[in-house]
Amino acid sequence: MTGEGTSGKKSESPAIAIAGLSLVFNTNDGPVQALSDIDLEVKRGEFVSFIGPSGCGKTTLLRVIADLEQPTGGSITVNGVSPEEARLARAYGYVFQAAALYPWRTIARNIALPLEIMGLTRADREKRVADNLALVDLAGFERKYPWQLSGGMQQRASIARALAVEPELLLMDEPFGALDEIVRDHLNEKLLRLWDRTQKTVVFVTHSIPEAVFLSTKIVVMSPRPGRVTDIIECGFPRHRSLDIRETPEFLAIAARVRAGLRAGHSYED
Amino acid sequence: MTALAATPHPLPAKPKGKLVPVLVVTLALIALWYVGAYFMNATLARDAFLRAKKEPTASELLLATYAMDRPLLPAPHQIVAEIWKSTALTPVTSKKSLVYHSWITLSATLAGFLSGALLGLILAAAIVHVPSLDRSLMPWVIASQTIPIVAIAPMIVVVGYNLMNGQMGFSTDTSRFIAKALISTYLSFFPITVGLVKGLRSPDTILVDLMRTYSANRWQTFWKLRMPAALPFLFASMQVAIAISLVGAIVGELPTGASAGIGARLLAGSYYGQTVQIWSALIAASVLAALLVWMVSLGGTAVVKRMGLAR
Repeated sequence: MTGEGTSGKKSESPAIAIAGLSLVFNTNDGPVQALSDIDLEVKRGEFVSFIGPSGCGKTTLLRVIADLEQPTGGSITVNGVSPEEARLARAYGYVFQAAALYPWRTIARNIALPLEIMGLTRADREKRVADNLALVDLAGFERKYPWQLSGGMQQRASIARALAVEPELLLMDEPFGALDEIVRDHLNEKLLRLWDRTQKTVVFVTHSIPEAVFLSTKIVVMSPRPGRVTDIIECGFPRHRSLDIRETPEFLAIAARVRAGLRAGHSYED
Repeated sequence: MTALAATPHPLPAKPKGKLVPVLVVTLALIALWYVGAYFMNATLARDAFLRAKKEPTASELLLATYAMDRPLLPAPHQIVAEIWKSTALTPVTSKKSLVYHSWITLSATLAGFLSGALLGLILAAAIVHVPSLDRSLMPWVIASQTIPIVAIAPMIVVVGYNLMNGQMGFSTDTSRFIAKALISTYLSFFPITVGLVKGLRSPDTILVDLMRTYSANRWQTFWKLRMPAALPFLFASMQVAIAISLVGAIVGELPTGASAGIGARLLAGSYYGQTVQIWSALIAASVLAALLVWMVSLGGTAVVKRMGLAR
């Protein structure tokens, strides 16, 4: 971990540094330990996946990074500053499980939404909208409304919207969870190329083992009750990789280790 | 998944018009009305023949029941004739013109509706943004509507009228106008407040979270997310609000001894047993209400279309 000082050079600090982080939700049934003693460092340019069964806190951890939840213990920095400062500086783009497009805005105006909030000029907005729509292969759909697009296209539009902010960090919460396998494979390849091209840091929540192994440079295996990290696996695949690597022994070995980690951490007694 | 040029979506065929069914029901009602008019007026008509010492035939009696000056239930054509006489054949500036009286009521209705909508918007925005107001203000908003308007209207009209006319120096007409508009406001702010509170809270958590990730301020979240999401709710509650605004204005014309307005026509008609006049004022009120609701609903449809929400 780097020092506490927020004045330190931003580019030298890790994208995300988490130490001893815990989060307790106060529910009607009493306190629930959602996250317990999490230690994690994400370097700039990494592609990190959080994987685990539902209830393991992977989404909560992502929301803590995004300053959508407040931790009750431990420390966390995003780009060397607190999550709140990072959020206020619009340091990250967040992609939700659902596309979360505004139904009354066209695709172009949906992507322009964060840019309007940031106070960009009309010309800047139009340029960024066009650039990012092209990036996700949605050029020509500017004037369509969300309901006129398929689920996969809607999710691509929401990724374009997150990228339009030009954040250094992309936080993705099971973005392809609701899509079928064929579309998902296709978007996974696209996302990987996007990551390679833009050199962004990506934190990706999933519960699909092949997806995690295919995409990631680092896989964080989590388990529930209390939500905790059970294993961190480094993947050494080249930045340029195709879906074919899923047949290789290296890929299968990592997938097996992830599966073992999930099984060890998950208690089936209840 | 290549980028395709925009292709127009084929729209499903619109369902057939409602004209024929509505017409059939209207005709049935009119027929029923004529039958009812005969039975309700027969006794009066027979008395009239008796006084003239004539023995009417059945057809004479039937025709007489449809041509009385002060029938218990006027026949539809009598009402139509009265409406025609008091609109098309009377200059609109005349106190006998139904258009004149309708305008008096309509102007107070619109003023009350607009200020009610504004009040509703302010209350709803405050309730949605300040949790303590949700708990402290909302019960009062609801309680305000448990008081019957016929109980509170005379108070507003008489007290308000005297206050404005006597102490604040407004003219008689202005004071009446404001008093009526106040009652309309009192009635119409309620559906708008309730509808807007629901509408402003309608966006999914995920959309609100999204605004937070953009570190949007409340103002931006309100205008870019909450308000657009609330518009369909707003138009639905505005339809209710404008109809009861009209009711409020008419009720407001009853206790002041006002000489103008649909309410005054109703009251004068009942004083002098002018049932035809009462019925034509009633028809004028319902036509006005229908027009107002229709216009708001047209506005709502246009907005929904403009927002791309119509499929």
